[in-house]
Amino acid sequence: MSNKVYDVVVVGSGPGGLAAAISAKKNGANSILVIERDIELGGILLQCIHNGFGVEIFKEDLPGPSYAQRFIDEALNLGIESLLDTMVLEAAPDRRLTVTSKQNGLQEIQAKALIFAMGCRERTRAQVQLPGSRPAGVYTAGTAQRWVNVEGFMPGKRFVILGSGDIGMIMARRLTFEGAKVERVLEIMPYLSGLTRNYVQCLHDFDIPLQLQHTVKRIIGSERVEAIETVAVNDHWEHIPGSEEIIPCDTLLLSVGLIPENELSRQVGVILDPVTGGPVVDSYFHTNIDGIFAAGNVVHVYDLVDWVTKAGYAAGKGAALYAQGKLGNPEHTIQSSAGKNVRYVVPQKIDPRALTQQVIPLQMRVTHPIESPVWVEAVVNEERLIRRSLPYARPGEMITLNLKPNLAGKIKSASEIKINIIER
Amino acid sequence: MPETFDVIIIGGGVVGCMTARFLSRYQLDILLIEKRSDIGSVTTAANTALIHPGYNPVTGSLKAKMNIIANPMWTQLSEELNFSFDRCGDYVIAIGKEELPMLDILFERGKRNGVLGMHSISTDEMHKREPLINPKVSGALFAETGGMCDPFSATIASAENAIMNGAQIRMNTKFQGFIKEKNRIVGIHTNTGDLYCRWAINAAGLYSDLVMHDAGVRPDFKITPRKGEYLILDRAESQLQSVYFPVPSDVSKGILATSTIHGNSILGPTARNQEDREDKSNSKNGLQEVLSGGRKLIPSIMPQHVISIFAGLRAGGNASCETPGVSYDHDFIVEAPSKVRGFINLGGIESPGLTSSPAIAQRVVDLLRDAGELLIEKRDWNPIRPARPSFRNMSKVERKKWIEKDPRYGRIVCRCENVTEGEIVAEIYSLVPARTYDAIKRRTWLGTGRCQGGFDLPRVTEILARELGVSQLVISKKGFQSRLLERPTKSMGEFRE
Repeated sequence: MSNKVYDVVVVGSGPGGLAAAISAKKNGANSILVIERDIELGGILLQCIHNGFGVEIFKEDLPGPSYAQRFIDEALNLGIESLLDTMVLEAAPDRRLTVTSKQNGLQEIQAKALIFAMGCRERTRAQVQLPGSRPAGVYTAGTAQRWVNVEGFMPGKRFVILGSGDIGMIMARRLTFEGAKVERVLEIMPYLSGLTRNYVQCLHDFDIPLQLQHTVKRIIGSERVEAIETVAVNDHWEHIPGSEEIIPCDTLLLSVGLIPENELSRQVGVILDPVTGGPVVDSYFHTNIDGIFAAGNVVHVYDLVDWVTKAGYAAGKGAALYAQGKLGNPEHTIQSSAGKNVRYVVPQKIDPRALTQQVIPLQMRVTHPIESPVWVEAVVNEERLIRRSLPYARPGEMITLNLKPNLAGKIKSASEIKINIIER
Repeated sequence: MPETFDVIIIGGGVVGCMTARFLSRYQLDILLIEKRSDIGSVTTAANTALIHPGYNPVTGSLKAKMNIIANPMWTQLSEELNFSFDRCGDYVIAIGKEELPMLDILFERGKRNGVLGMHSISTDEMHKREPLINPKVSGALFAETGGMCDPFSATIASAENAIMNGAQIRMNTKFQGFIKEKNRIVGIHTNTGDLYCRWAINAAGLYSDLVMHDAGVRPDFKITPRKGEYLILDRAESQLQSVYFPVPSDVSKGILATSTIHGNSILGPTARNQEDREDKSNSKNGLQEVLSGGRKLIPSIMPQHVISIFAGLRAGGNASCETPGVSYDHDFIVEAPSKVRGFINLGGIESPGLTSSPAIAQRVVDLLRDAGELLIEKRDWNPIRPARPSFRNMSKVERKKWIEKDPRYGRIVCRCENVTEGEIVAEIYSLVPARTYDAIKRRTWLGTGRCQGGFDLPRVTEILARELGVSQLVISKKGFQSRLLERPTKSMGEFRE
């Protein structure tokens, strides 16, 4: 078994992983390896052939594969190595990986700094406990997206989509382009779970009905899906009797949420945040395990890829500094905490030293939607530090509050920064 | 020339396949027919996967007899056939003082039935053995002969061993009635033609009543399918140490919480009678009942720990126990009816049917011998079905060895369960070949983890199509009308033309 040592090893080559690898190189790490389980670099972006990527970073509106290609090209030009079609089987807290592939068999790889960038996985039928039979034709939206956009197959003719997540709405449009009929999109919550722009561009513009506070009561069909029984729900998700409808269809797509993919993180003892499902990190995305960083959707689910890239840059810088012995442990960290109407805040810990050098974006989601102007405020010791106004706050749309270096003096000895999102 | 066999077994569940395996030891031409695209895909594929000690069945019933005879057989069987089996013991848990007397009743019944190795466990000891158990536990019964297995791999292994010893198995072959001469069965009609035989064995499970009625036996016997719903839990969230039954009710052994041979914990089953022999759907109420039943034993289980749901049907019958003085009317039927010759009749094989299956198979052998069959053992009979390599369970050294032999064992297709391309391809070319996604899933356990096939489904579809030399469009979930894909996309269609 070969045994190689790298300054920085990145697990996953999606936008988070590629950005982390590039940033690690630019911040002084020499040998960098990216490990990808698929046969090419780019991660899930390769099946996201719709546009909407890169507006923040490139000021251009790119399709997923084009966005990915810019980073792939940059990484290759920087001499970053990669292992494709390779799965990480085990990770150890001392940053040693066991990987396997058809080409190279089992290999052990030692990283001075390790970056987890495994992205996220989709919630399944069982996790939302959908009753009914178990026929063919019940797929997650992402699986259907791979089939249509990468493999070139349509998984059905008539679709019902459960969940108003972004992938589900984008697939509704994609399937319509391909000549399929999307009967409707059901959402159990009283509000959209994805981006408003996706509702407008993917559902509204194509006359695909969205039914809020509706869900699937039963899947019907023994071999292949034959119909879906839908039902309206009240504010407690209880079915409203008499509201049932039978919708004939052959496929049910599920777009019912994403979960950060942290099996390797668990293996090495990384502490996970029960709300985000991802590691508890500081502003370099350093986890509780020395030298192990996390980049992108593995930390929490972003709604824009540009933010994933930026998070990858921060993690890559941290990992490069660590690999060169320049990071050191902070004397003191500040906890960021979710206050009024905030579900979570990332990063959960702030290293005051980092804040003296750069802007630290705090990213968060609201618990309940507010459809009127809001203040997003950061409070330290009962005192408001900064605030930002937004026209509304919706759970489907991530909110960012930038902490700037000029605040470093005010907060360096604080133990906690609390974030509230309140009506103006 | 019509095709003729010594024995035709109708039905490829665990009972039919186990019977084929036991009979394949002797000089007999054996055919097993299965109407579906795979064996073991109904009741065998959806149950609690436990080998029961035998303290539950009514004393004197055939269920009790078969259970007690069969339980010890599983050790040798699992060694010969190389499927996973763990004699971990099982517990009946009493919650609160009022449930304690039931433990004594079970203990006494177990002793009467002949169960060895039962122990009373104190509250403190129970807390030590299972830290997650309900703090209100008042006592437990531990039976050391209890075990868990993978019922499907036991079935596949039996079938493969039968084939190794000369038996044949035909899928997609449906029984459509007996061919009789006077009071003797001489063959069967099927959807693929008539087949002749000296013996027909009814192992039709949920349809066993219809088969025996067609033979002219037990017109009053009726199968009432009893649905059991289950939840599977993420092994990262809930790791149970063993098998935990609640105290039983009149209708069932109750909702249990148990570890499985694959390391996940499962909760279930419900017990609800229905008329439909095919409806294995889950219901909202059923799933809630399972969750609250499981949480009665293990309160820390949360709905978000659930990674899969399923339901199975038990082939519950209404046969009276034939032991004089025992009043019980849900017993097994294992008989050679006197009024129809050439017929072995099995029916009402519900729990403890999986446990009992090797004893039932052995009894079929005895019934044939009693009926005058010579049953000469084959000189080259081989009881060993070699183990199939499972990457997940290999040591690093074994993994290396297998990848060197075949690099496809180095490529992981199912990331949650670590199933490799090598294992998938091996199942496509095995003695009971996998032809569908579910067949691959049952054989390799891929797609059963947290992502529930989200990652592997397109990849397995591609491998199946490639190996079978067909378009991905004809690959199905479980045969028949369950194709996974509809058509090529517009651009791909043009590209392919």
